[in-house]
Amino acid sequence: MNKENDKSMQEYWKRNVALIRNLLIIWAAVSYGAVILLGDVLSKISFFGVNLAFWFAHQGSILTFVAIVAFYAWRMGKLDKEFDVEE
Amino acid sequence: MSVEVLTLIFVMLTFGLYAYIGWWAKAVDTKSFYVAGNDVPIIANGAAIAADWMSAASFLSMAGLIAFLGYDGTVYLMGWTGGYVLLALLLAPYLRKFGRYTVPDFIGDRFYSNKSRAVAAIATIFVSLTYVAGQMRGVGIVFSRYLGVNIEIGVIIGMALIMFFAVIGGMKGITWTQVAQFFILIVAFVVPAVAISFKLTGNPIPQFGMIFSDVAQRLGEAQIEAGLKEYILPFQNMSKLNVFMMTMALMVGTAGLPHVITRFYTVKTVKGARWSAVWALLFIAILYTTAPAVGMFSKFNIIDTVHNQPVEEIQQIEWVEKWSTTGLLGLNDVNEDGVYRLSGDPATNEVNIDKDIIVLSTPEVAQLSPVIIALVAAGGLAAALSTAAGLLLAMSSAVSHDIYYKIYNRNATEKQRLRVARVMIFLSVLAAGYFGINPPGFVGEVVAFAFGIAAASLFPAIFLGIFDKRHNREGATAGIVTGLVFTVVMLVLMKSVPLLGTETPIIESFFGIDAAGIGIVGMVLHFAVGFVVSRSTKEPPQDIQEMVENIRIPKGSGEPQGDH
Repeated sequence: MNKENDKSMQEYWKRNVALIRNLLIIWAAVSYGAVILLGDVLSKISFFGVNLAFWFAHQGSILTFVAIVAFYAWRMGKLDKEFDVEE
Repeated sequence: MSVEVLTLIFVMLTFGLYAYIGWWAKAVDTKSFYVAGNDVPIIANGAAIAADWMSAASFLSMAGLIAFLGYDGTVYLMGWTGGYVLLALLLAPYLRKFGRYTVPDFIGDRFYSNKSRAVAAIATIFVSLTYVAGQMRGVGIVFSRYLGVNIEIGVIIGMALIMFFAVIGGMKGITWTQVAQFFILIVAFVVPAVAISFKLTGNPIPQFGMIFSDVAQRLGEAQIEAGLKEYILPFQNMSKLNVFMMTMALMVGTAGLPHVITRFYTVKTVKGARWSAVWALLFIAILYTTAPAVGMFSKFNIIDTVHNQPVEEIQQIEWVEKWSTTGLLGLNDVNEDGVYRLSGDPATNEVNIDKDIIVLSTPEVAQLSPVIIALVAAGGLAAALSTAAGLLLAMSSAVSHDIYYKIYNRNATEKQRLRVARVMIFLSVLAAGYFGINPPGFVGEVVAFAFGIAAASLFPAIFLGIFDKRHNREGATAGIVTGLVFTVVMLVLMKSVPLLGTETPIIESFFGIDAAGIGIVGMVLHFAVGFVVSRSTKEPPQDIQEMVENIRIPKGSGEPQGDH
């Protein structure tokens, strides 16, 4: 592997890791944040027939997880193209 | 037609379908018993992962567990789906690029050590065995209810069937069988959920029914009145610390489960692995967002039907009588006042509802037609069988491929390896059946143990292997052993009553952390010990560092790598 290629691969990896980090922050915020650490607070906010913390605990967090994984697959597809590392 | 006859017909039809698919898929490609690259379409692979993943515990027990834990039941909901995010972002694409057969393969090659390969193989066997025992119990429950035999006989019937499918299905056939099993299990789960949602809330979509109705509130009120806990408020049944730890243990454990990770080896490309994860999680989310609604509706309906009702009237209800005979519903008019009363106080409680009946009884309690009841039985079996097949495969490949072939006998012929794999499947089924008949705990809990062990041993090792180039053999071995030993010792001490026969647990908890969340402490120790040891020993060889760089880039995943 030549120098230039090496550098571009490092950049590719750096952007991948940054994307993973950002998505994991969202992942932790909707699960550990909204449901557990802030569970007592958000359960005081009503959300239709239930409360907001309960909705995140039983529905919202799961839907967010699906969105995170889909966004990652889509974004990485673009990144692969940009750095020409597609298969 | 009676429910029993219909069930038998449904079960036989679906089993016939699986057998046909197994035969068809195998007949197409007899030579590729050990094929790594697979031409399974991405969506189908997603469905296969989902079926592999959603076990008897997901199908039969989870809605029940949630019904009894209320808000805190989120540990299972978030735990068993959130781990997928870790899997999709941190492991799956890189393991696909690495492109061998098993998890111990990666650990053994990445840490250039047969010792770590052996330890990873042992962890794989341990995790899969604990997990498969829960599946056998699930199969036993379904057969006992629908064929009118006791649970032990049900487990034995299940053992015979799984043995049969593991052999005829073969490695490749299993994928397509799992695709079929996914559709059967999801239809079987969703149809009664829609029906009970419509009946109770007027809204046919359970996810909406549970929010846009007053069922949650009425269930909470009924529970308070009976002296039980509030349903939609947090930390009523578990401490905040334990909800946190257990959620994390299930998430990280999910990402470390060998039978699920292996599934990502079966798509063609890294991109395919990423999108497989998306489809899989979407398919899983259908069940996981429906289950809390089913738990809520079904529990409300049972309480509403039985609680404060005259004994004579209740005894007339057909499903009450049926479920009473299986022992999953216990009704006893203790104070002989002619009325059944649910109570939070065990001494005066007259209604015992086993968690396992929530899903199985939903169609009957909601007065659905016998066809749906039969469908649910077939769905439960599909869930249990598809997961068991994946687990048995993971176990037998850990022994036949990683231990026997890679470590013990490098010159073994294909035939010898195959024979070892078959004997292993046989022994695994026997062991799983034994634990299914003598379960160390409730189905969901047994499965939870597997997660703690996966979280403490396999996940950190794979993660560090990809993201920490400096991580070396010494660090990995020390980390895996620390995580594994700590977690297993803690589990044994905390569960010493069933395991060692002590009268009380040797220790109650580890600084307030229960058995279900202890894997996370093991994981933290793994990371810490692994880091310190790897930094104080010499860095991994150049070719290993190059390998790590290589797996980080999708390009070239189709190329053959090393010997298989």
